[in-house]
Amino acid sequence: MSVFASFRQGGLVLLQRIEAFFDAIFGSAGNPWRHLGALAFYFIWIILATGIYLFIVLDTGVEDIFTSINYYTHEQWWLGGILRSLHRYAADGLVLVMLLHLVREFFYGRYYGFRWFSWITGVPLIWLVYASGIGGYWLVWDQLGQFSAIASMEWFDWLPIFSDPATRNFLTPGALTDRFFSLLVFLHIGIPLILLLALWVHLQRIAQADVFPSRTLALGTLATLLVLTLVKPTLSHGRADLLLVPTVLDIDWFYLFIHPLMYLTSPAGLWAIATGLTLLLLLLPLLPHPQQEPIAVVSPPNCNGCRRCFDDCPYGAITMLPHPHKPGHQLASVIPELCASCGICAGACPSSTPFRSIEQLVTGIDMPRQPVNALREEMERKITALAGPVKIAVFGCECAADVRHLGSADTAVLNLMCTGLLPPSFVEYALRSGADGVLVTGCREGSCAYRLGTRWTEQRLSGQREPHLRPTVPVDRLRVAWADSHEMSCLKASLDDFREYLQTLGADEHRSRAYTPRRIAQNG
Amino acid sequence: MVSKSPYNPLVLAGQALFYGLFAVIIAYFSTAPKYTHLEPEISLIKLSFSYHGEPVGECHKRTPEELAKLAPNMRAPISCPRERSPIKVKIDLDSQPLFEGVAPPAGLSKDGTSTLYKRFEVPSGEHMLSVKMNDNARIKDYNMVREEKVTLKPAQILVIDLRRDHGGIFIE
Ligand code: HEM
Ligand code: SF4
Ligand code: SF4
Repeated sequence: MSVFASFRQGGLVLLQRIEAFFDAIFGSAGNPWRHLGALAFYFIWIILATGIYLFIVLDTGVEDIFTSINYYTHEQWWLGGILRSLHRYAADGLVLVMLLHLVREFFYGRYYGFRWFSWITGVPLIWLVYASGIGGYWLVWDQLGQFSAIASMEWFDWLPIFSDPATRNFLTPGALTDRFFSLLVFLHIGIPLILLLALWVHLQRIAQADVFPSRTLALGTLATLLVLTLVKPTLSHGRADLLLVPTVLDIDWFYLFIHPLMYLTSPAGLWAIATGLTLLLLLLPLLPHPQQEPIAVVSPPNCNGCRRCFDDCPYGAITMLPHPHKPGHQLASVIPELCASCGICAGACPSSTPFRSIEQLVTGIDMPRQPVNALREEMERKITALAGPVKIAVFGCECAADVRHLGSADTAVLNLMCTGLLPPSFVEYALRSGADGVLVTGCREGSCAYRLGTRWTEQRLSGQREPHLRPTVPVDRLRVAWADSHEMSCLKASLDDFREYLQTLGADEHRSRAYTPRRIAQNG
Repeated sequence: MVSKSPYNPLVLAGQALFYGLFAVIIAYFSTAPKYTHLEPEISLIKLSFSYHGEPVGECHKRTPEELAKLAPNMRAPISCPRERSPIKVKIDLDSQPLFEGVAPPAGLSKDGTSTLYKRFEVPSGEHMLSVKMNDNARIKDYNMVREEKVTLKPAQILVIDLRRDHGGIFIE
């Protein structure tokens, strides 16, 4: 393994351990690590909502802006002051969760292949977040704002873009006009609006994007920010004075670290660092990486146009087209560039049921590497070969804890491309074909390599989503145990526990037998 | 395994701990550690101008022969070179050289303004400041000179500018 690969692998294992630990405390729906994108959005909503109020009460003249901000910070602390602090701390939180989101996507290897689009469109967001935030500091027009504005202008003046150095706007008190200040206010509203637009692009290839945290996480985060606001309200520095250099400053390192970095190096040095890192992020998808599996294929004679695959595809890779031969009907169609080759669509298709009597099972939408027919044959073969007091079938996922190690005389293992590929009818079929219990495993929710495989499987098996597991299937013979790749021992323990439990139940004497003509022909 | 019931006191304490940790990280780095932008007893001299230098050559009256060679619509009687002079600057502080440089005119045909922006950190206190500039390539020596005794308070900014409306070098 190369140094790069082992670095990524090490980071991933560490991250997954942290996430599993947080799962125990927050539950996966409330686990901040699993919803960093949604949290980032949440902070943006808080910033926008508080920003509207702050803008309304702001006087935008050079002389008045400082006074008006100080007025609502102190005199109106119970409203304007709290909203100002919320605005500031949510902006800081945004930087933190955005960077963690980037790091997490990196360690999970979500920067190449079909995901290049989400990755590349994420990079400009960093610049936009920084541009929005730093502009906010200028508006306060205290010594910190003065420092940041001048440092930023000195940085930009290194580029040959302005015929007149922008720094000259801040040279003497007389140079700064109300008009220039209105421009700054305009920028501090305009850039965040561009950020929203860029976010919309960022999510173009994500279906059902997770853009709002769960209620508990949202409330917990808001409460945390409110407490912070009351304990440590945001205050301004002294009024800006262009005749004096701000000397010692309480700077916001989340945003303004670039200024000390520039004075430590040089404007050219900071440009080299910033463009170098940006280029590095942009070029990352070009590094060698594993080839993508063949994409999903639709079989028109087996597609009835039910739209389930369309609803479940995590990357919006399916469109429903008018059926060429059956008027009024629709036909699924895969957009090759968007398809992640996850197989979640095959698990959604009603034609994937193994109970169909045809010898060669062909479903509406199938994965060339792991066709549903091959899965049925593998399952029948492995379950028939089982021996022991209780027989178990395990359905697992290649991206999660490696189920291949669980195979034994009484345990048949079926390793899927994604657990989302599992049509629930396969569980029933396994039980009817001789298994006494079925264990379904895969990545924990939020770790799923294809985002929604875990969630859809959970919902299909519990009857909340189509295709659902039939209610006649005895629930105590099905166990669901999610386990990430480092949680092999947990998974083994779950399997042992399940086996013991099944032993207390005994073999299922009353199970309905497989009843298809095909099975009867085979089993007599 | 910890029970995931939201009312388990261990779970609640864990949540409070991590929300608190998040708050502490945000609160701390939002204003700390302090950054010293300028050490005490230091002042700043900013040299900045945006200035159109003089044309590089004399204008001259075209002779009738020269005029005849031009297209009829181009026959202006006086021809001036478009190119502007670069601005040469030399600054001494207490007779020690502080800066010496040239700001070339902008533009492909060198007919734009010359701009410069430099900042110098100097000890606060009384200084003898000497600023010399040249905005005319036809004159060899510095054609603008200003010497001044300045007293800089700590953190004070002194601006050296070059402005026609202030009659050349301008110290503020
Ligand atoms: C303001 C900053 C950002 C916000 C609000 C944001 C938000 C989101 C959201 C909501 C998702 C969908 C998550 C899901 O539903 O599973 C997402 C996905 C993604 N983001 Fe961001 N993001 C931001 C910045 C970035 C940055 C800087 C990068 C990296 C350069 C990045 C890379 C990605 C990738 C690769 C995905 C796709 C994940 C997948 O396919 O499973 N994002 N982002
Ligand atoms: S394989 Fe996955 S990404 Fe491709 S069409 Fe099916 S569900 Fe969508
Ligand atoms: S789930 Fe199957 S039947 Fe339904 S639209 Fe998709 S391919 Fe066609």
